[in-house]
Amino acid sequence: MTDTSAQNRHVPDRLNSRATRLFKSWEALLFAVAIAIFITNSFASPYFLNAWNLSDATFNFTEKAMIAFAMALLIISGEIDLSVASIIALASTAMGLAAQYGAGTPELVAIGLIVGLLCGAFNGFFVTVLGLPSIVVTIGTMSLFRGISYIILGDEAFRGYPSSFAWFGQGYIYWVFTVEMLLFVIIAVIYGVLLHKTNFGRTVYAIGNNPTGALFSGIRVARVKFILFLLTGLMSGVAAICLTSRLGSTRPSIATGMELEVVTMVVLGGVNILGGSGTIPGVVIAAFVMGLVTFGMGLLNVPGIVMSIFIGLLLIGVIALPRLCSMTRSRKTA
Amino acid sequence: MIRLIPIRETILGSAILVLLLLVSTRFPAFVAPSNLANVFNDTAPLIILALGQMVVILTRCIDLSVAANLALTGMIVAMINVAMPGLPISIIIIIAISLGAVMGAINGLLVWKLAIPPIVVTLGTMTIFRGLIFLISDGKWVNSHEMSPAFTGFPRTVLLGLPVLSWFAIITIILFGIMMARTQFGRSIFAVGGNPHAAVYTGINVGKTQFWAFVASGALAGLTGYLWVSRFAVAYVDIAGGFELEVVAACVIGGISIAGGIGSVGGAVLGAVFLGVVKNALPVVNISPFWQLAISGSAILIAVAFNARAGRSKGRIILKSAGASQ
Repeated sequence: MTDTSAQNRHVPDRLNSRATRLFKSWEALLFAVAIAIFITNSFASPYFLNAWNLSDATFNFTEKAMIAFAMALLIISGEIDLSVASIIALASTAMGLAAQYGAGTPELVAIGLIVGLLCGAFNGFFVTVLGLPSIVVTIGTMSLFRGISYIILGDEAFRGYPSSFAWFGQGYIYWVFTVEMLLFVIIAVIYGVLLHKTNFGRTVYAIGNNPTGALFSGIRVARVKFILFLLTGLMSGVAAICLTSRLGSTRPSIATGMELEVVTMVVLGGVNILGGSGTIPGVVIAAFVMGLVTFGMGLLNVPGIVMSIFIGLLLIGVIALPRLCSMTRSRKTA
Repeated sequence: MIRLIPIRETILGSAILVLLLLVSTRFPAFVAPSNLANVFNDTAPLIILALGQMVVILTRCIDLSVAANLALTGMIVAMINVAMPGLPISIIIIIAISLGAVMGAINGLLVWKLAIPPIVVTLGTMTIFRGLIFLISDGKWVNSHEMSPAFTGFPRTVLLGLPVLSWFAIITIILFGIMMARTQFGRSIFAVGGNPHAAVYTGINVGKTQFWAFVASGALAGLTGYLWVSRFAVAYVDIAGGFELEVVAACVIGGISIAGGIGSVGGAVLGAVFLGVVKNALPVVNISPFWQLAISGSAILIAVAFNARAGRSKGRIILKSAGASQ
């Protein structure tokens, strides 16, 4: 077991028919789970099947899912970004600072996006130009970005955002459909097309499966990875705009621990944590599953920290279960 | 001679000395022996945890659950103390170490038997352990007046001029120094991290070694759990929140390669001491403690960039590899 896994660790190239079948059924399984949770919730609480409640429930996952799409591409390419929650904190702090000097909504949005991009570029520089492992770099920037927020804010909070800024996190397009939902759908479609229908998407898979092979196939590996870090930073900026607009205030502790939930969402969506495989539809369904679970537990008065136990178990269970299954299967055939 | 004085440790050691000199030019009291002993005592938990983390990182893994493990063990031993104030401290310490070791073993088993990436396992167990603290304590605090005087007093007891807390750190440093250099387990840790495939062919069980590394890290986290709770005389859900990053920072600053196989006990200790000196010097030189997080983040980045430069092989590259970060 150990020696074979050690040999296979850097070659997750298992795109044979059986794996493909298993992989295809992952989204189907996840979808069934989502429906089961939906039905359970509607029986468990009389308040669940209410259009406005369900609309509120989407806030549980829309912001995280925006980052999760970019993170999915990053993880497929074999890297990871643990600093996303800290990028949100820094972008939100920058927007709050600008709002104190009377910046209007367009300026605030621009600042949020630019700070996100800069943070992504910073991570990307360390990983692709200096060739450092992304886990260490983003653990470092996780402290650094949030640390800068703490330096600027200390134990204070920024308030007083312009009232038009609230549109992103609190606005409705039509009836119960929020602005964030619209953003979620648009971003999901963009990333779905990017990953599954473009050359760029194919290179992401190629890099994740074999970076050296990808390089010799003429793929600019470093550039693609740099772009993926930029995208993850940009999406964190978008999420920062939505979250700040929804909360109406900024504290340096904003979005603490969100990186865990984003990674869980991506892994739950069937993305291989070692890179090389995964789909955007999977991440979309995973976002719904996590949103439904946390919302349902919230209706049943389960405290947030207990939900985090569940998310932790989900993260480990989702990876452990298929491996346990394949272990027992191979034991039978052997 | 070169082997006796490793370059990386020398540079880090000099950096600490320069830092101390800079602070002492304006605040001579900071480098008084009694204050330095205080700084060491304050850094003792970080040193102990960094040594555990070092073992894990050397085997190409990472343990992000140490702070949550510490907090959970701390809460459990504090509650045991409240329920049974008469229980001797030696038993409490054994319970703490065993509890921590069990939690480390859970991480280790998932990494060993299911081959789940360590970062995923420990991110998961980190939140699970934190959540469990809330479940068992119901979100309540265990305060100092509920703990027995023996429980809170033990780490402060002065022995040969130093508090017991410092002695724990010193003993751990010595034990790990011997373990890494003189035992089969210590050498197999380096072998596993340096080249897992070669390690397999020399008869080392890679997964098992990683498992025991996690157990060691967990046991030290459990021990620190008791020391932490009794020193600060309070236990609640969020104690040592985010401390795992500081522990990883200490290791990275101490020159322990995240890719495994490279590192030393001295490096981990110096990395922890560096962070401890910075932390204690900040209020002295009148910088807000809010700078601490950003400073340790920058220190990680600088250290990892520096170590990668220093460790890069000088040989001719015939085939360019894209997997520099792999």
